[in-house]
Amino acid sequence: MMPGVSEVKRLEDIANRIRVKVVKMIARSGIGHGGGAMSIAELLAVLYFHEMKVNPRDPKMANRDRFVLSKGHGCPALYAAFSEVGFIDESVLPTLHHADGPLQMHPELGLCPGVEMSSGALGQGISAGIGMALGSRLSGVPFRVYVCIGDGESAEGQIWEAAMCAPKYKLDNLVVILDYNKFALTDKVDDVMSLEPLRDKWTAFGWHVIEANGHSIPQLIRAFDEARTIKGRPSFIIMHTVKGRGMKYIEDTAASHSISPTLDQVEAMLTDFCCEIEEVKRTLAGLKEKH
Amino acid sequence: MAERLAPRDVIGKALTDLGRRNPKVVCVDADFNVASKITEFQKTFPERFIQVGIAEQNMMGIAAGLATVGFIPFASTISAFTSRRACDQVTTSIALPRLNVKIMGLYPGLFVGKNGASHQSLEDIGIMRSIANMAVVHPSDANEMVQVVDWAAEYQGPVYIRVGRDPAPLMMPKGYKFQLGKAVTLREGRDVGVIAYGDLLEDTLTAVDGLAKKGIEAGVLNMSSLKPVDEEEIVRLAEETGRIITVDNHNIIGGLGSAVAEVLCEKRPTRLRRIGIRDVFGKSGTNDEMKKYFGISADDIARQIEDFVRSKA
Repeated sequence: MMPGVSEVKRLEDIANRIRVKVVKMIARSGIGHGGGAMSIAELLAVLYFHEMKVNPRDPKMANRDRFVLSKGHGCPALYAAFSEVGFIDESVLPTLHHADGPLQMHPELGLCPGVEMSSGALGQGISAGIGMALGSRLSGVPFRVYVCIGDGESAEGQIWEAAMCAPKYKLDNLVVILDYNKFALTDKVDDVMSLEPLRDKWTAFGWHVIEANGHSIPQLIRAFDEARTIKGRPSFIIMHTVKGRGMKYIEDTAASHSISPTLDQVEAMLTDFCCEIEEVKRTLAGLKEKH
Repeated sequence: MAERLAPRDVIGKALTDLGRRNPKVVCVDADFNVASKITEFQKTFPERFIQVGIAEQNMMGIAAGLATVGFIPFASTISAFTSRRACDQVTTSIALPRLNVKIMGLYPGLFVGKNGASHQSLEDIGIMRSIANMAVVHPSDANEMVQVVDWAAEYQGPVYIRVGRDPAPLMMPKGYKFQLGKAVTLREGRDVGVIAYGDLLEDTLTAVDGLAKKGIEAGVLNMSSLKPVDEEEIVRLAEETGRIITVDNHNIIGGLGSAVAEVLCEKRPTRLRRIGIRDVFGKSGTNDEMKKYFGISADDIARQIEDFVRSKA
């Protein structure tokens, strides 16, 4: 069913708030993975506020849907989404990358409520998702499992071990989303290690493949709706995105992967994200004080 | 002749018995179930047996995912591939989140049925021992193996279990019960202390019993718990004998010899000799050929003990 205008607007606003929080967190830390966080803001808004069954008061609810961020470096966006859901308090966000805090540079299961699997060493998330999806079937507790992988990450061999395995077990409760922002760590994915023909590959491995614009809320919703109708095999969403989406000074570049924004850049980004002037001023004042 | 049983011959039944008692126990396998002899579990609980093919990295991740849902996965294949091949998956997906996964490494050390260097795991103890949160165990006989399977299911957290391939006598004393971090004394003696485990325990006892006839009294500890090791017993044996020998079916770097050296250097500096594979790769051959080739046969162990006891230095 097509989402209503107000639902789309609600989710777009959440995605925007995720971006604002990512900028603030990274600016405060002094460094962070901005590019791969910005490309999944709409995805996280749709997953946590439309698609997935989660309980803010009980992050460990037995029948919750699971999300695994296999490309763990994108976790500033995940932590921001958690604060929107209510898994963590917003006051925790400024502790990004603190050694004794829950928000490590790559997500750790057990440290931060809402994190379903430790990640960061790439290529491992789909396998964990398969285990969870099998676990749902074996335990009789129904839930769906979502795994987001990166395009650079897709060069890892384990991705393809898992790609072969999930169809064998007919895991129609598993959806893998590729954040296809076209950039790996150092350069364009096509130059580093091309994934194409991507649709043909995943189709040949036995997955139902869907393509969507990852910055279009309606397209994402339609993709997840379609995945729900698929029985007897897992779904793979090729989510076309822009690395560093919204960070105009560095958008759509490999350099957006890890950023250390200046105060001017922070001001420009927050203004682009339509923050109130007072909020921008407060943020900059806080950063000046810290640095 | 006393009964001889291989640890791998008893894990299928042990896991099946455990599976009957505990519905949370599942097995994940990387195309090794026939050699590891866990087919009994597969036949009894086909839906709880996950076959991922020769894809050890994927196997570890799936086991981790199952553990997050409350299952107790036993993930098994050749020990060389549980450790070397899937080291990062064991580290990031299992040990870092401290998930309740039990990794069983079959064919540990040199004894891999002539398969040679590519299949011999002379590094696995060192790898697994240096991963935080990981417990490491190598049961020394079939009875201890069954006990360790049951213990592992009760223990909360990741465990690496070496599973010996070949038959050995039952060597544990009456009433013995495996405990993590606890060694058991198998021979009393004050001339030298010998610490061994797993596949080479039988040869160690043969060597020590032979030396007893020559008047050399060696104390022997079975150290199946390789992480944590039993520090108290190591120190006690060092105090009683003044000389310690370790016997490893593993590279002397990273194995039991290293673990004992760490304890002794910090707690009670004592003369130490490490018997094991001296930082070289393995070879194809029968167990007896391997033992002779690498100098870890019962005769070699006896010669080393005698030399160490008689040496003045």
